[in-house]
Amino acid sequence: MNKTEKGRVSRRRLLNWVALLSTAVALPARAWAAVTRPDTAFGATALDQALMALGETPTRHEGVIFTTPDIAENGAVVPIRVEVDQTVLPNVSKVYVLVEMNPNPLAAVFDIASGTEVYIETRVKVAQTGDLYAVVESDGQLFMASRETKVTLGGCGG
Amino acid sequence: MAGRIKIRAQKKGEMTEVKALMRHPMETGMRKDQAGESIPAHFITDVAVLHGDQTVMQAHWGAAVSANPFLGVRFQGGQAGDAVRVVWTDNQGGTGEGETTIR
Amino acid sequence: MITRWCLLWLAFPAWADEGVFDQYRDLMGDDNPAIFVIDEGEEFWYQSQGPSGATLEACDLGLGAGVTRGAYAQFPRYFADTDRVMDIETRLIHCMETLQGRDRTVTAAKPYSLRGDFGTELEALVTWLAAESEGVVIAPEQGHPKERAMYALGEEIFFYRAGPHDFSCATCHEQSDKRIRLQQLPNLTDHHDAADAYGSWPAYRMSQGLVRTMGWRLQDCFRQQRWPGLTFGSEVSIALQTYMAVNAAGGIMTAPGLKR
Repeated sequence: MNKTEKGRVSRRRLLNWVALLSTAVALPARAWAAVTRPDTAFGATALDQALMALGETPTRHEGVIFTTPDIAENGAVVPIRVEVDQTVLPNVSKVYVLVEMNPNPLAAVFDIASGTEVYIETRVKVAQTGDLYAVVESDGQLFMASRETKVTLGGCGG
Repeated sequence: MAGRIKIRAQKKGEMTEVKALMRHPMETGMRKDQAGESIPAHFITDVAVLHGDQTVMQAHWGAAVSANPFLGVRFQGGQAGDAVRVVWTDNQGGTGEGETTIR
Repeated sequence: MITRWCLLWLAFPAWADEGVFDQYRDLMGDDNPAIFVIDEGEEFWYQSQGPSGATLEACDLGLGAGVTRGAYAQFPRYFADTDRVMDIETRLIHCMETLQGRDRTVTAAKPYSLRGDFGTELEALVTWLAAESEGVVIAPEQGHPKERAMYALGEEIFFYRAGPHDFSCATCHEQSDKRIRLQQLPNLTDHHDAADAYGSWPAYRMSQGLVRTMGWRLQDCFRQQRWPGLTFGSEVSIALQTYMAVNAAGGIMTAPGLKR
C-alpha cells in the first residue's frame, strides 16, 4: 500500500484543488489557506491518536446531535447525520467524523462557513461493531457525541 | 468514470437542503482484486458545496467515506432558481463537478 | 463450515427482527448510486461498437426493434429468430453479435464485475433496461410451449436437491418469514415475496459498490449452496429466472433496488 496516496495530498494536488475552486468562485487566498488537510490525524491508526492530532480530548456536549443507525444492514455503507444546536453550542467551524474500529478512525472533516447551519449527512464505512464519533470545533475547543453502531454480516457467507 | 454528481437542492423553510450523490469507487488501497493484486487507493480527498460564489461547506475525506459517496448539507438562505454546485478532487488528481438550481 | 451455521439460522423464525433495519433505511434515504449505472447503460445502448460500428438501437427485446420501455418486464421470453427462450442478458449478447459483429465468446466471457471492477457493460445495460420497466407490471411471456417448458424446468430445478449439503433453492426459499442471520429470505413460491424479490433486481449491492443482476444473483446462490458453477446464459439460469418471473407475474418492477 502506498502510504503517500493514503490521506496525503501533495502540494501539486493542493494547488490543483485551489485552482479548480478558483475557477468556480473568486475567494480571497486567505480563505483557502485556512483549510488544510489534517494529514497526521487521517494517518492515525487509533482513536486516541487521531483525537490527539486534532487537539485536546473532546468533551461530550448535548449540543452535538449525532444520528447513526443502531444496527447497519451492511458495514460498507452506514448513513450518519451530524447537527449542532447552535443555541447551546454556537460558532462551530469544523466537524470531524471518526469510526473507532476502522484501521484509520478519522473518516471525514467538514469545514463550515460561518453562518451556515451545521447539518451534515454522509455515509461511511464501518469495519466492525463499535463506536462512531462526531467531534465539533467551536472557538478552538472540541466537543463531541458518540454512538455505537452494530455491523452485521449478511446472508450465507457474505 | 467521468466525475459525475447528481444534485438536488430544495428550500426547507429558511434553509436550503442540498443532497448530492457522487460517482466514485472510494477505493481504500487495502483490497486485492480477483488476481490477488492490490487495488490502488483511489478516493475523493476534497469536496466543496457552493451556493452561487459562496462556499457553503468544504470537506476533507479519507477512504472510509463509502463508495459512490452521498453528501447532504443545509445552509441558511438561498432562493429558488439559485445555482448550487458541488466539486471534488481525488488522490489521483481526478476531479468531478455538478450543478443544479434550487427548487 | 459457514453453511452449517446457515442451516442453524434457518431454524429460527424471523420474529423480532421485523423492521430491524427500518432505522438504517430511513437514515439512508432514497439516494441510490444505481442512478449513475442507469445513465451508463443508456450510453452503452447508443454507443457504436464492434466491427460494424452499429449501436444497439435496432435490438429487438421482444416488443419490436429498439423498443426498450416495458421490455424487461416481459422476460424471459421466446424469440423466433433464435428459436429459444432467452433472458435479457443472453438477448443483449445476441444483439451485440448480430448488430455489432462482436464475438460472443468475448462479450460473454466476463459479463459480471469481479472484485476491483467498477461495473461491466452488461450490468449497466441491464440496469438501464430495468429502469425502462420501472413501474411496469411483471408479465413474462408464457404463450409459447417453450416458454412453458422453461417454467416447468425451473420449477423442477428449484426443488432439486444436490451438492455436498443436499441443498435446493427450496431449502432457503420455500418457506415464509425465514432468515439467514439478519437477512430476510423471500419465499419464492409465494407470489407476493416472489414479486418483491424479482421486481427489485437488478440492484445496487452496497457490500459490493456495484449494481448486480438477477442472473448474477443466481450464480451467487449456486456458489453459496456449494453447487457447481452456474454457467452464464445457460438453460438452467434462464429456467430459474422464468420460474421466479412467472411466480412474480402481476407484481410491479421496482428495480434498480438498493440491497446490502
